[in-house]
Amino acid sequence: MVDRSIAARTQVGRRPGRYVLRGVVTAYLFFLVAWPLYLVGRNAFADGFTNLNDILTDPDVTHALRLTVVIAVTAVVINTVFGVGISILLVRYDFPGKRALNALLDMPLSVSPIVVGLALVLVYGGRDGWFGPTLEAAGLQIIFAVPGMVLATVFVALPLVIREVVPVLQEVGDEQEQAARSLGANALQTFRRITLPSIKWGVIYGVVLSLARSLGEFGAVKVVSGNVLGQTRTATLVVEEKYLNFDKGGAYATAFLLALVAVACIIVVSVLRPKEDR
Amino acid sequence: MSIEIVNVGKRFGDFVALDDVSVSIPSGRLTALLGPSGGGKSTLLRIVAGLERADTGKIEIEGVDATGLPPQKRNVGFVFQHYAAFKHLSVRRNVAFGLEIRKRPKDEIRRRVDELLALVHLEQFADRLPAQLSGGQRQRMALARALAVEPTVLLLDEPFGALDAKVRKELRDWLRRLHDEVHVTTVFVTHDQEEALEVADEIVVINDGRVEQIGSPDELYDRPANEFVMRFLGPVTQLGDQLVRPHDLQLSTDPADASGVPGRVTRVTRIGFEIRVEVTADDGQTVTVTLTRNEFLALGIQVDSTVRVRLAPNSPTTTTSAPAQRAAAPSLAATH
Repeated sequence: MVDRSIAARTQVGRRPGRYVLRGVVTAYLFFLVAWPLYLVGRNAFADGFTNLNDILTDPDVTHALRLTVVIAVTAVVINTVFGVGISILLVRYDFPGKRALNALLDMPLSVSPIVVGLALVLVYGGRDGWFGPTLEAAGLQIIFAVPGMVLATVFVALPLVIREVVPVLQEVGDEQEQAARSLGANALQTFRRITLPSIKWGVIYGVVLSLARSLGEFGAVKVVSGNVLGQTRTATLVVEEKYLNFDKGGAYATAFLLALVAVACIIVVSVLRPKEDR
Repeated sequence: MSIEIVNVGKRFGDFVALDDVSVSIPSGRLTALLGPSGGGKSTLLRIVAGLERADTGKIEIEGVDATGLPPQKRNVGFVFQHYAAFKHLSVRRNVAFGLEIRKRPKDEIRRRVDELLALVHLEQFADRLPAQLSGGQRQRMALARALAVEPTVLLLDEPFGALDAKVRKELRDWLRRLHDEVHVTTVFVTHDQEEALEVADEIVVINDGRVEQIGSPDELYDRPANEFVMRFLGPVTQLGDQLVRPHDLQLSTDPADASGVPGRVTRVTRIGFEIRVEVTADDGQTVTVTLTRNEFLALGIQVDSTVRVRLAPNSPTTTTSAPAQRAAAPSLAATH
């Protein structure tokens, strides 16, 4: 009886607090995220479809959009392959320096993208980079070219797949893999038939996050791309360019496209997520 | 000999899991590795399967040196305590896994899987996912999956440990009958001495990373090699410096009888058909004697009766180094 009355009282006491909290969070998200994003959309369509039409018929912009997709997809593929590999290494194997590697993997999230860009130029710069001149002599230009932009994008989105896959791998454990081995499966068969299906949702979630992050990358890409019109200018760089040149309509329309893809990614994730049985 | 384990040693850091273990496991028999938790028995089984690598020593399976072979080349079937079911595959696909890996023809796989599902009584569950099965059904599926590849040896790591008592007993009987049908060399790990005594043809007692004794259930029970085996396989009580089984002790109330140790009944406890009589000997030692109800009634004893305790002829005993139980310090340890 005593317990119940205390429980009832705390519930009653909490109720107004809960509504206040809910209101604060909603208002916060509204003013920080929803309203500004809505305004981008409204500005993009201020003159109907004119802005959107203008940018989609501008060959420089369509080139930039295509380049963005190519770079993002390439970066996501690289990050997925290495991400799954590194996750398995981290979860299933013990080796000296594992903690250091783990800490290093969080670096890309904490370092500013612009620092990443500068660092890559220092290493791969064609003229006075540490490794760049050698590669350039071999006919491979990294900085101010697509490879450098892919590199920068891979760098900034590196931990996203790993941080999704590692907990899933830890949760499923390695007994199923051991069972597969004892039934005659080699390492590759075990990975393809057992490990991959059981971490599938983690990988998909990581891929979607990486894709969203890669499409929107700006700082690191800006430094390494050289921002050459029609060659190494990506969609985010187009937005900046148009905005600075007072073509606000074009800037909003391009920004709207980027936001649209990102929102689509988030929706895909939220649809997938309940199916993961977390 | 089907499995030869020769001088196998294994450490995990400072912890010695196995200390120079040598065991020969005969073909076609059901062998139990019995011992307390953390004694090294599971580690030994995993080394035989290739899931763990021995630091020293050699493993031979059917005359083939398997020491350096990866698990997939040893042709062993392994059953895990927690089933290790492939969660994303149906029961049928789980059982078929090893055959699919071996690229057997489709109709052969179907036939063999049907056979095995019938053997483990899971025909009607073929298209379910493991999550839709009970623990006992999952473990039977895991057994069918391990048997599908026609392994040279079948290894079971605490196979019934995660199941409740009733299912455990059913599966235990069922494993014994299955083995009598299939005759594959089988080794299973257990910490339950009753399970080992009931199911196994041969028992290897392992403790602290060492083999304490190898033998048939009868040999182990009747001729325990040392105090550990004596204590681990059943209840014990102490008479003088000898460890004996409480049910091997006899009581006599005949004043003319001069054999055995004189004492006084200090406690009588009835547990179903069994009567547990605590006798305090004249030198202060407390001895537990178990009698059947009929024996107890025939003796007509009660608390404070004067009796003599003696050991039935040909009963197993071991000398113990432990100090005798004194009446002043009553303890439950003697009844295990």
